[in-house]
Amino acid sequence: MKKKSISYAKWGYIFIIPFFLVYFICSIIPLLSTFYYSFFEYYENGLDVIGPTFAGFDNYIALFTPTKSGNIKLLDCTYNTMIMWIMGAVPQIVVAMVLALIFTSTRLKIKGQRFFKTVIYMPNLIMASAFAMLMFTLFSNVGPVNQIIQGITGETFNFFRNTWSARTLVAFVNFLMWFGNTTILFMAGIMGIDQSLFEAASIDGATSTQVFFKVTLPLLMPIIVYTLITALIGGLQMFDVPQLLCGGSGDPNGTTCTLVMYLNSFLSGYRNYGMAGALSVILFIITGILSFIVYRSLVTDESKGGKK
Amino acid sequence: MAKTREINEEVKAEGSKPIIGRILSYTFLAFITVLCLFAFYMLIINATRSNAQLQAGFEVFPRENFFNNFKKAWNDESIPSIPRALLNSFTVAGLSSLLCTYCSALTAYGIHVYDFKLKKPAFTFIMVIMTIPTQVSAVGFIQLLYKIDLMDNYAPLIIPSIAAPAVFFYMKQYIESVLPLEVIEAARVDGSNEFRTFNTIALPMLRPAMAVQLIFSFVSSWNNLFTPNLILSTQSKLTVPVVLSLLRSKMNSQMGDLGEIYMIILLSIIPVVIVYFFVSKNIIQGVTLGSVKG
Repeated sequence: MKKKSISYAKWGYIFIIPFFLVYFICSIIPLLSTFYYSFFEYYENGLDVIGPTFAGFDNYIALFTPTKSGNIKLLDCTYNTMIMWIMGAVPQIVVAMVLALIFTSTRLKIKGQRFFKTVIYMPNLIMASAFAMLMFTLFSNVGPVNQIIQGITGETFNFFRNTWSARTLVAFVNFLMWFGNTTILFMAGIMGIDQSLFEAASIDGATSTQVFFKVTLPLLMPIIVYTLITALIGGLQMFDVPQLLCGGSGDPNGTTCTLVMYLNSFLSGYRNYGMAGALSVILFIITGILSFIVYRSLVTDESKGGKK
Repeated sequence: MAKTREINEEVKAEGSKPIIGRILSYTFLAFITVLCLFAFYMLIINATRSNAQLQAGFEVFPRENFFNNFKKAWNDESIPSIPRALLNSFTVAGLSSLLCTYCSALTAYGIHVYDFKLKKPAFTFIMVIMTIPTQVSAVGFIQLLYKIDLMDNYAPLIIPSIAAPAVFFYMKQYIESVLPLEVIEAARVDGSNEFRTFNTIALPMLRPAMAVQLIFSFVSSWNNLFTPNLILSTQSKLTVPVVLSLLRSKMNSQMGDLGEIYMIILLSIIPVVIVYFFVSKNIIQGVTLGSVKG
């Protein structure tokens, strides 16, 4: 190729410079200084600012030190986050799989697919804060759900005084927000499977259950794993829904307080940059490990696409 | 192609009549539809009822107080102004989605079209940072904003959207599938400079992808609570999710006028819902395209 007498390489740099400049200033520098401050005693006490004074691993040790009641808040919040994530993610995957199978089934030929897809995807775009606020109002003591319960049993049930009902509500909102998205991903996955495999299976006399477990499920595994891990990364960031549904401290008694709500508590009101920094580092390491797995799966996807 | 597939399916389905399967499927779909829409139905109904009517008991049909509630929500001076919050959210979400979409296309185009030494590392870098949550750098971000005096300002909510790895990835996938390099060569021969080629030739070809990402980035900015909640403090500057969060913490002690609360929730989700019903088809296609390579 002798045509290439003019080099356009510099234009490549010019086109990508805004992205990298902004990312460097708004994310890399803040990330590094977050790491830096995690080793300092640095907090607001009333109008005074204490620090920053170097404190080694004190903030990290403090995060793992039990409070007066004998609990380690960090571990409690991790447990809360995980349990609420699992309570939402399991039905999310199961329902999405059932829906994807129904929609793509060549035997059922479901009509009105566009309508159903529109409906199930809608909650994903609704403002999580507004959705959580709505559920709080609907399930509060004076809300319609309790008015129905009162009509039947004569008593109200306080959903936000009971650990498991509060957690279930958080998980339910997360489920409603994400199962539509997962359904669409699974559908794309199923439609991407070579039709001749299904035909071969049915010629061999496989039942539809056998086809699902022996053909569909194994071939969908990469997408299921990808969905699970991205959902897990999203789940670790769970904030808006429990914050507005159960209040900033995670009613009842902090049993719905997530990791990011814990982080938020260090950053609102009197700020504690040191502790918030240490917590951020821990969050970063966890998501870093998970992200690495996602990155690996995306990169192998890329190379497969290239070979086609 | 879809046609032939359908015919094949018909041939295959002949003989077996999955009536029970269809009944079960439609029942399940109906149940899921109710599950998705019930809360929003209650929201709309309850926004038409006065506080006293809401306290009196559960009702399934709308009442006559829609405009009363609207007036209360719109003019209430004991809370941060709702129309103001809506306007603020529109400003922030509008500007950041425009910037985000344009700059992501710019970055994707730069990496796709040009050959340069750091092309591969740049792409790998963006893929690596894709899943890092913004929350983990919040401490440093606030510190930075204090230093450059940009706390309580919209700039830190808008500018970072220039670097959106997920939107970039989507654009990159789309550009690869629609933009032949010959078109760019041809434009060069005609003497078009590189920016003009991007703006007048590439961008129009990317319009469908831009539209989808414009909506996605608008929605994610419109719905964002964490960052605005940390940065904004002046009452007249707050965005909708921050106002909702303030209202929620008030409700810990006192529920307030429920009709007004429902109306405020309705107002905060209605813009997105209206847009969604016009473009839901494109959005659902966009979800598929963005995440899995089919």
